[in-house]
Amino acid sequence: MIAYIIRRVAYAVPILIGVNVITFVLFFVVNSPDDMARLHLGNKHLTSAAIESWKAERGYDKPLLWNAAHADSARVTDTIFFHNTVRLFMFNFGQSDNGRDIGYDVSQRMWPSLTVTLPVFLLELALSISFALMIAFLRGTYFDTWAVIMCVVMMSVSGLFYIIGGQFVFGKMLRLVPISGYDSGWSALKFVILPVVVSVIGAFGYGARWYRTIFLEEINRDYVRTARAKGLSERAVMYGHVLRNAMIPILTGVVVVLPSLFLGSLIIEAFFGIPGLGSYTIEAIQGQDFAIVRAMVFLGSLLYIVGLILTDISYTLVDPRVRLS
Amino acid sequence: MRSPLPAALTISLLLALAAGLSGCDQVPWNSPYRAEERAAAIFHGAFSERPKHLDPVSSYSENEAQFTAQIYEPVVQYHFLKRPYQLVPLTATSVPVPQYLDRAGQPLPATAAAADVAETVYRISIKPGILYQPHPAFARRPEGGYYYHRLTAADVGRRATLADFEHVGTRELTAEDYVYEIKRLMHPHLHSPVAGLMGKYIKGLTALGEQLRQEQGDNHGFIDLRDYELAGARVIDRYTFEIHVMEKYPQFRYWLAMAFFAPVPWEADRFYGQPGMQERNFTLDWFPVGTGPYMLTENNPNRRMVLTRNPNFRGEPYPDGGEKADVDAGMLSMAGKRMPFIDVAYYSLEKEEIPEWTKFLQGYYDVAAVLPDSFDQAIQFDVKGDAQLTPAMQAHGVKLLTAITTAISYMGFNMADAVVGGDSERSRLLRRAISIAVDYEELISIFLNGRGVPAQGPIPPEIFGYRGGEGGINPYIYEWHGGHPVRRAIEEARALMRQAGYPAGRDADSGQPLTLYYEAVNGGPRGKAMFNWYRKQFAKIGIELVVRVTDYNRFQEKVREGTAQIFSWGWDADYPDPENFLFLLYGPNGKSKFGGENAANYHNAEFDQIYVAMRALPNGPARQRLIDRMLEIVRRDSPWLWGFHPMAYALNHAWYGNAKPNLMARNTLKYKTIDAPMRAARQAQWNTPVVWPLLMLIGVALLGALPAYRIYAARQRARAR
Repeated sequence: MIAYIIRRVAYAVPILIGVNVITFVLFFVVNSPDDMARLHLGNKHLTSAAIESWKAERGYDKPLLWNAAHADSARVTDTIFFHNTVRLFMFNFGQSDNGRDIGYDVSQRMWPSLTVTLPVFLLELALSISFALMIAFLRGTYFDTWAVIMCVVMMSVSGLFYIIGGQFVFGKMLRLVPISGYDSGWSALKFVILPVVVSVIGAFGYGARWYRTIFLEEINRDYVRTARAKGLSERAVMYGHVLRNAMIPILTGVVVVLPSLFLGSLIIEAFFGIPGLGSYTIEAIQGQDFAIVRAMVFLGSLLYIVGLILTDISYTLVDPRVRLS
Repeated sequence: MRSPLPAALTISLLLALAAGLSGCDQVPWNSPYRAEERAAAIFHGAFSERPKHLDPVSSYSENEAQFTAQIYEPVVQYHFLKRPYQLVPLTATSVPVPQYLDRAGQPLPATAAAADVAETVYRISIKPGILYQPHPAFARRPEGGYYYHRLTAADVGRRATLADFEHVGTRELTAEDYVYEIKRLMHPHLHSPVAGLMGKYIKGLTALGEQLRQEQGDNHGFIDLRDYELAGARVIDRYTFEIHVMEKYPQFRYWLAMAFFAPVPWEADRFYGQPGMQERNFTLDWFPVGTGPYMLTENNPNRRMVLTRNPNFRGEPYPDGGEKADVDAGMLSMAGKRMPFIDVAYYSLEKEEIPEWTKFLQGYYDVAAVLPDSFDQAIQFDVKGDAQLTPAMQAHGVKLLTAITTAISYMGFNMADAVVGGDSERSRLLRRAISIAVDYEELISIFLNGRGVPAQGPIPPEIFGYRGGEGGINPYIYEWHGGHPVRRAIEEARALMRQAGYPAGRDADSGQPLTLYYEAVNGGPRGKAMFNWYRKQFAKIGIELVVRVTDYNRFQEKVREGTAQIFSWGWDADYPDPENFLFLLYGPNGKSKFGGENAANYHNAEFDQIYVAMRALPNGPARQRLIDRMLEIVRRDSPWLWGFHPMAYALNHAWYGNAKPNLMARNTLKYKTIDAPMRAARQAQWNTPVVWPLLMLIGVALLGALPAYRIYAARQRARAR
């Protein structure tokens, strides 16, 4: 397994370089260093000297990818791309174009994100799987029919509706929880209840229906019939056999998102005033802060790759037949 | 077996938990604040855009001034109540009076012509005894040395906020701090947005910038600017300094009220310039140091910014003069009392309008802007067209404040363009025809909910030079009927088109339809609607308007390079002087040729000549005459569709006192009062939790679960199938 993991990590390097190149090109196709300087310095009374000075301060006065002014390897190394990329691969995110330490900001903002995403992830998983098991158990009854209808309806409603509706009903009409905001420590609890509930409800329909499909597929297999034939109760069949054998498709969808929980949710955080990482990248794109954009895209790609590796490893834990080699 | 409605159960459990957490202390369940804060004089407001800079040398935006103006104290400020806007001393003993000198350095009278003035000297004396806020940069050991002026990166270690430094200190404000800040305008790594502009005026400033670039360009640590001489800013004694301006530039006194000229202690630069500080985000841009009534005690722009009363603040008296309306409104009842009245100000980040508006209605924000989505809920218009609060808002005790902003939003013609630009009579008539056709009254009504006043020229109301009434209308576009300006009939615009050689929108010579190009930034669905509206306005006189939508960067580039034909632009006043608007049409400020703020690239020799004379004159009849002439020239030439002056609408609750719009002053938090008991009572009254629907929901869920349980039990008992 170790050789497999090393190989996967090695594969990740060209992927990350590719992502970095694409991010770089896309960003600088839309924004030139001059544009970035203008946005940061403001348009009033701006002089070209101020723009040049700002660019030089941040290394944006160099060529983007190829420095023809040099004769040796500096043609490649003395460029904006090289300077930024090398640092990233050493996990030094550097400073934003506003002078903030990106690593520090990420470390500060990921905790509020996790405060919401982790409970949402766990609750949604537990509730969806339990509910799906139950309707799989009650398959063919009117209860199953209505549950599926409810799931389809819930899937069809926009996530934004749940957010605004949740804020309107629970925050404004019933006045049970703050409509938005955040606090530190345990005081954060009353602020995360509503976003967690809304997120769980928003994802519940899709999750329950997906897991129901997986369970129904398993229920019709021979080993389930055998389990029943040997006199196991339905509960024992469902939890002892069906659930365990359905774990591989469940893990495929679940483990891969685990690392990205750190990155938060853009819309939820914006509406509920959660000071997380969800909006960090969007703010950076709007503010033409390339340092943050490339760092966050790099981090997102890295976490996704980590998620895929974890998924592969998790297969070996739930299915003894799977061997990573 | 689990409930068939697990989400409902989750809600109920979590809400029960919330009730347990907050129900025991009489605080409304939905209160976003801690119980102990209810009775305190705390201001609660919101902001939507994080401030980029809090260092006074680089802070220029409105959303930054909201914070910096409460912390930093320039020598002068705008009177809170009096209109027209006037400067009054802040840390200075009096408003600086310029002393004009000729080329020989001999004094000239105040009425001296601009051409005779070689230099203007502002000698400024500040009040003694003003102290800085507590800050580790000032902390000194008993033997006299500074605690934190010789730190290494390891010493900075894992400190994250200023509270992590054990010792703090203060010191008295001196004249040197003002001079030091003026030198900081040219700091090679701070990039002040006004460095170029001030370099034109302050003697020796540009040379200082060049010297610093050469000598300190690679120094990213502390640069002790006290070691550098600046001819244009000199310390006379501990409390007096001089600024030397290279010409007669009376508007300079307004710059003295801006954060760029606020004092910065060298100790702050020394402190933040140490190794490891920048890496740990300790910068003056993040942790400001001032003498003002408030200090920034929490800077988390992703969540909230907290200003706390500066314990070293001297206690400035509330103004004892104002306008009659202020007396009637009881705004002078606090006259002479020591400010500030509010202890803490919380500004919470609200990116979305709905939560912000709802929290205002619940009493959790003291003030709110009138947002597009909530406009109809808050504002209605009476038969005269005046804005007033809806009955629901009145019943809530909300107050509405409106003000015409000292800003202008206009549509510019590129005067370098072959069709719409130039000084020919044909192009002038074409521009005037378009000016009549584009009905800004309708635009304000449709797109701005009435929040704007059609402009009659570049100068907004409340700025010297603006004339109201019949004498102030733009006669080329408006007529005076029934005591109001009325836009000229579209037939007149069509007649102008015929005179210009474009009958029915076709070129009389070629017979080709006239097509014009409007450059715009993508504005989403709202923008699309407005672009269609513009097309219809141009179509009224037969012109086909092609809207070229692009991104912000490309749009700016086109205007900068003079390749845009027609575009929308705006200006927000830096200071209340007509020069700050008329300079937008001054030829040598042309954007495409000189990189100035004259985006239309307008040039008129007579206008430029009068502008130079007008700029140096004090407000008075002579200046008004020159302004009248300048307005006549630009109205005739019509380089802009004059557009409108936006109106600011703000709402506040009954417990928020001394609220008066002041579009020039940003340091107004110190004047405000909060009636905390009233607020707490209203919050409790407006936010009683309603629990029964939740209980009903739980009941329904349990009822629904019963049949499922029956099926489950039956299946458990059933034989294998």
